[in-house]
Amino acid sequence: MDIVDTREKWTHTIHTVTIGATAEQGGTRGRVVTVGGETTLPFLTDEGEIPHRPVLAGIVCDVVPDGWPDVLKQAIGDVIASPTEWAQRCVEDFGVDLVSLKLLGADPAGANRSPAEAANTVRAVLDAVDVPLIFWGCDDEEKDNEVLLECSQAARGENCLIGSATETNYRTLGAFGTADKHKLIAEAPVDINIGKQVNILLQDAGFPLGDVVMCQTTAALGYGFDYVYTIFERVRIAGLRGDKLMALPQIANVGWEAWKVKEAIQDDDILEGWGKLKVRGPLWETTAAAGYLQAGADIITLAHPESIAIMRETIDELMGNGKETP
Amino acid sequence: MILIGERINTGFKDIRQGVSDKDPAPLKAWARKQADTGATYLDVNLGAVSADPADMCWMIETVQDAVETAICIDTNKPEILVEALKTARPGMLINSTTAADEKLDAIMPLAAEHNACIIGLSMDETGTPKSADKRVENAGKILAKAMELGLEPDRVFLDPIVMPLKYMQEQAPQILEAVRQFQLFSDPTPHVVCGLSNVSNGTIHKRLINRIFLAMAIACGMDAAICDVLDADLVNAARTAELVMNRQIYADSYAKT
Repeated sequence: MDIVDTREKWTHTIHTVTIGATAEQGGTRGRVVTVGGETTLPFLTDEGEIPHRPVLAGIVCDVVPDGWPDVLKQAIGDVIASPTEWAQRCVEDFGVDLVSLKLLGADPAGANRSPAEAANTVRAVLDAVDVPLIFWGCDDEEKDNEVLLECSQAARGENCLIGSATETNYRTLGAFGTADKHKLIAEAPVDINIGKQVNILLQDAGFPLGDVVMCQTTAALGYGFDYVYTIFERVRIAGLRGDKLMALPQIANVGWEAWKVKEAIQDDDILEGWGKLKVRGPLWETTAAAGYLQAGADIITLAHPESIAIMRETIDELMGNGKETP
Repeated sequence: MILIGERINTGFKDIRQGVSDKDPAPLKAWARKQADTGATYLDVNLGAVSADPADMCWMIETVQDAVETAICIDTNKPEILVEALKTARPGMLINSTTAADEKLDAIMPLAAEHNACIIGLSMDETGTPKSADKRVENAGKILAKAMELGLEPDRVFLDPIVMPLKYMQEQAPQILEAVRQFQLFSDPTPHVVCGLSNVSNGTIHKRLINRIFLAMAIACGMDAAICDVLDADLVNAARTAELVMNRQIYADSYAKT
């Protein structure tokens, strides 16, 4: 009797996005990163191709984020006070594929740094490391329009990935993304319909979807993780079935969200019976990251060096180029 | 929704003239206009203007010169099809075979050889079927032949044969029932397509009838149509019907404006 071939046959391809530009390409990066290109669901290489492995972006911030626990700050070390040194440590010691710079210092409710200062930080980080750069605003939309514009200009030609275009600011970001030759993150608030809408808006505004990476406002483990997981999965399935508006690589901003929740910041003196935070914190970050990886994330941001090491090993194993599992 | 632009057909005067004079301008203009709407395929039909395969190849080359969109090779002559298949880029759609043995034996192997998609008209040597059952029987025969030659079901586009509402009103429910039953053939299902404009033949309210019929057929499982892809109301109706059937993910700006 014939055994029925139950393998899924996908008809379409997720498009690729390359981040970073070398000297020949008009930038100063030592290497570039390409994501996307899948013709199958994550790691099901028996049903299609995964030409580019998922990548890890090390989180760097221009100010030390409020609320980060000591176990995280100590693991990063003294360099946490300097975004350039922190970025160098991410690349040299933690082995990240690219740097994800959060310009939190521009926040009007915080350090309220000027757009020019933020742009200087972006340039300094670009000069300090040679990997491609993702940079994000401070989440104050009005301020971000100015901050991201100046940063975009300061990084012109470097083919950075800029976060994030939303339903309201897509025209502004689309315009300078095009002018300065950057890629954009399209962000939606845990809503697949708005996710698709932002893509349509960017496309209608003349920004090519081939230069866009999708982002769902990433949920930490225990805070809507399962909901975001299903969105990642539905986006990917729609893309593989031929919905061109959904055939985009996806980024999960895991590290940024993980280190905000009590399970990742409070030790067992408060969370009795939960175990030592030194172990639990990175685990909380890693567990969510491993989940998003399975859901279809192409880029994952992480903050703790242990999380980065574990996730690198996980990707190695899942891509079949790590050690065999005994 | 797989939309197949119908306009590059010598049934239209400007195209007929273009082919006769070997003037590429009207073909290229319609190729671009239809491709810009996001059409999946562009139907290219030489019609009765010529029986020379070289004319069909010229039409295909002209269209391919203007756009990247895949070609739907529209001919019932195997000798034209053989040459056209050599000219069209990979990813083409053959329009069409019927369930008649003579047609199936001549055309289906060509589809298999080129790994092309193919439209199967659910009619046979006895003519156009009157009932849903006969349509299903013919369609099943076409699909079986395709699978026997190694074509996957999703490379086959079954066509229930749309009849004019004005003259054969009783046929519409039969057609829709056939579309419903085509879904039961295989998993993954074959595509279901129609030449849409036939339904409104001879009527005054052509666009309205096309639009409503297509939406109802989509509800029954149709996922492709040879139609006027520049009719924004039609395309929006089709997109809306696909949302209602939960086949596409909703977004506020899903419709063309």
